[in-house]
Amino acid sequence: MAPVDTPQRTSELLRVATAGSVDDGKSTLIGRLLLETGQILEDQYEAVERASKERGDGYVNLALLTDGLRAEREQGITIDVAYRYFQTAQRKFILADTPGHEQYTRNMVTGASTADVALVLVDARKGVVEQSRRHAHIASLLRIPHVVVCVNKMDLVGFDEAVFDAVAAEFPGAHAIPLSALNGDNVTERSQSTPYYTGPPLLELLEELEPAPDRDDTAFRFPVQWVIRPMSDEHHDYRGYAGQVAGGTVRPGDEVVLLPGGARTRVEAIDTLDGELDEAYYPLSVTLRLEGEHDVSRGALIAAADSLPEVVRELEATVCWMAQAPLRPGARLRIKHATQTVAAKVESIDRRLDVNSGEHEDAAELALNDIGRVRLKLAAALAADPYSENRATGSFILVDDSTNDTVGAGMVA
Amino acid sequence: MNSPWGHPAPSSDGNGGPPGLRCHHRVPHLRALEAEAIQVFREVAAEPGKAVLLFSGGKDSAVLLRLAEKAFWPARFPFPVMHIDTGHNFPEAIEFRDRRVAELGAELIVASVARAIEDGTLTDETGPRASRNRLQTPVLLDAISDHGFRAAFGGARRDEERARAKERMLSFRDDFGGWDPKAQRPELWGQLNGNVKPGEHVRAFPLSNWTELDVWEYVAMEGLELPPLYFAHRREVFSRDGMLYAASDFVERLPGEEVFEETVRFRTVGDMSCTGAVRSYAATLEEVVAEIAATNLTERGETRADDRVTEAAMEDRKRDGYF
Ligand SMILES: Nc1nc2c(ncn2[C@@H]2O[C@H](COP(=O)(O)OP(=O)(O)O)[C@@H](O)[C@H]2O)c(=O)[nH]1
Repeated sequence: MAPVDTPQRTSELLRVATAGSVDDGKSTLIGRLLLETGQILEDQYEAVERASKERGDGYVNLALLTDGLRAEREQGITIDVAYRYFQTAQRKFILADTPGHEQYTRNMVTGASTADVALVLVDARKGVVEQSRRHAHIASLLRIPHVVVCVNKMDLVGFDEAVFDAVAAEFPGAHAIPLSALNGDNVTERSQSTPYYTGPPLLELLEELEPAPDRDDTAFRFPVQWVIRPMSDEHHDYRGYAGQVAGGTVRPGDEVVLLPGGARTRVEAIDTLDGELDEAYYPLSVTLRLEGEHDVSRGALIAAADSLPEVVRELEATVCWMAQAPLRPGARLRIKHATQTVAAKVESIDRRLDVNSGEHEDAAELALNDIGRVRLKLAAALAADPYSENRATGSFILVDDSTNDTVGAGMVA
Repeated sequence: MNSPWGHPAPSSDGNGGPPGLRCHHRVPHLRALEAEAIQVFREVAAEPGKAVLLFSGGKDSAVLLRLAEKAFWPARFPFPVMHIDTGHNFPEAIEFRDRRVAELGAELIVASVARAIEDGTLTDETGPRASRNRLQTPVLLDAISDHGFRAAFGGARRDEERARAKERMLSFRDDFGGWDPKAQRPELWGQLNGNVKPGEHVRAFPLSNWTELDVWEYVAMEGLELPPLYFAHRREVFSRDGMLYAASDFVERLPGEEVFEETVRFRTVGDMSCTGAVRSYAATLEEVVAEIAATNLTERGETRADDRVTEAAMEDRKRDGYF
């Protein structure tokens, strides 16, 4: 069968996370993006029209398009991270819609962890509030490559340039756009009401931003997920290491080190069902064959020989705590880092980040939704990078032994 | 040797800097989605392990099988394939299932709703609107516990329905198979927590981030075979609630529901009793992809009677342990 040539085929994937306080218009903005990129189909639109009438909204409430669960529909609030998809000829977008109220930190950190872009919504009438600052801090803590400040409800302030400038000035380094999600100004089309704004409308901007380019600039990292040993007649001696490239580029012949052991070897081949590759890079899932015989199993990290991560028995990390019971020194947890899980003990909690001000304060424990600096002692060695160098090999989750729940997220200092 | 997607080769963009110093690889979105799905397969096969792939005979299953094959090649994927057989299947889907499983050399487990009804464990619905949809859930849960599976791969996508938009890649199920939307494990940095206790299992959804169009484009790109049901063909149908259903022994027709012949295709393949057909002349993959790209009705709204019952239909069934 001949492959079909469609323009979508060469489009890339961009991951977007949204953040905003309740009522800033986040759901409306997402609804509009979906609508204007043709993702809202007739039956969905009709269902929303129907529901808007039932609720007594005087207009088609686009926010209803994205309200997922029954409890949320009833309460009119968003509880959990929801994922939305839209596509243009250039790109496919995965949008993590994170709610702004309770559980905000946990949800936003979750949505932001994989994002290339954060959209921070600000209600033009209210200006920058504490929550907007919190969202900006979390975005920078998680090192989301791009922050776009959406100054929404500009129609309610007469598209006043001074209002827009005042908000934009509070986010140096971010791209700010004056918007009306309700009416569509500067969402997909440039608004006539904002002559002072010379940048592109939101969708165009999203099509142009570079998706997390830093992944290519980093050293090669490859956490081994699974050892492939077919033991069939055809592939009798085959032994391949399956995983997803977590950063950098690898080519056959490249010198690599197998961690935590430290053996040095070369990559013999990069295998896929579709044939051998000349090179592999983030985010491709491939299988590496290595020269020589090695004792490598799941949990090992294959890394570029000229730029190695540190092999450590102790970690200092910024942890976002996600469980009801506070995290205290002495706590025993499991840490899942890349493809390895080891036991860990909290040595100390040094300080807590005030996500509203960005300031640090002394702390003895971390409560639910707190972010703080934690020192962990590990039962076995891990090969870890600083989070600033690699979002995959520089991050981990903390798992509670008794419940198996994911109770924390950490970024290696 | 190949570029990762055969041809055309990916363009390397210098980002304005000198070539070679900074090279940003442009990965087509389908390859990024493929890589993500493969990562999920490998991760879940390792933790919690003891997995099974749920196969429905539809296009999402065909894609799942392909991705499982890629994830462990040149070895066979390390889990069996399981079909929850309602006994009301399209024969084309069963024929397709058996052939694909044989080609892959995989082990097939068939868990039968009909047998559970014969045993008296379950009671069949009767009447013109009878469906075995709900009966699939207990059969699935029993099969999972009988075999001691700790993980079940499914083809669900978040774009299918609003409740699904919030489900994780790994959806954790208690002893009763129930899904608690408020107690989901956060998934950060693509890191999956597959830990389960005895009696519990996870549903793993490698296609979570795919849309219907992505699935079709992937089928086309990979040249995957699908059951002929997906392409326009002449069929005896009858009309009910504004949808077309295949006339079959499994569905009792209401007075006035006349059978007529129509050129149709199916957008999803489930039970004959609850999967609707659409009028279509799209007989080839290219035509189907073009039609999907231009369509203005969602897949479920158009063809799945089971979701139309109430606004929150899917969410209710999920809480009960449905796929
Ligand atoms: N005038 C005006 N109202 C808006 C705009 N965006 C959202 N709204 C309204 O603000 C309210 C809250 O919007 P919603 O999208 O539900 O906010 P969320 O809580 O951030 O998701 C709704 O009544 C919207 O119709 C806008 O750009 N202009």
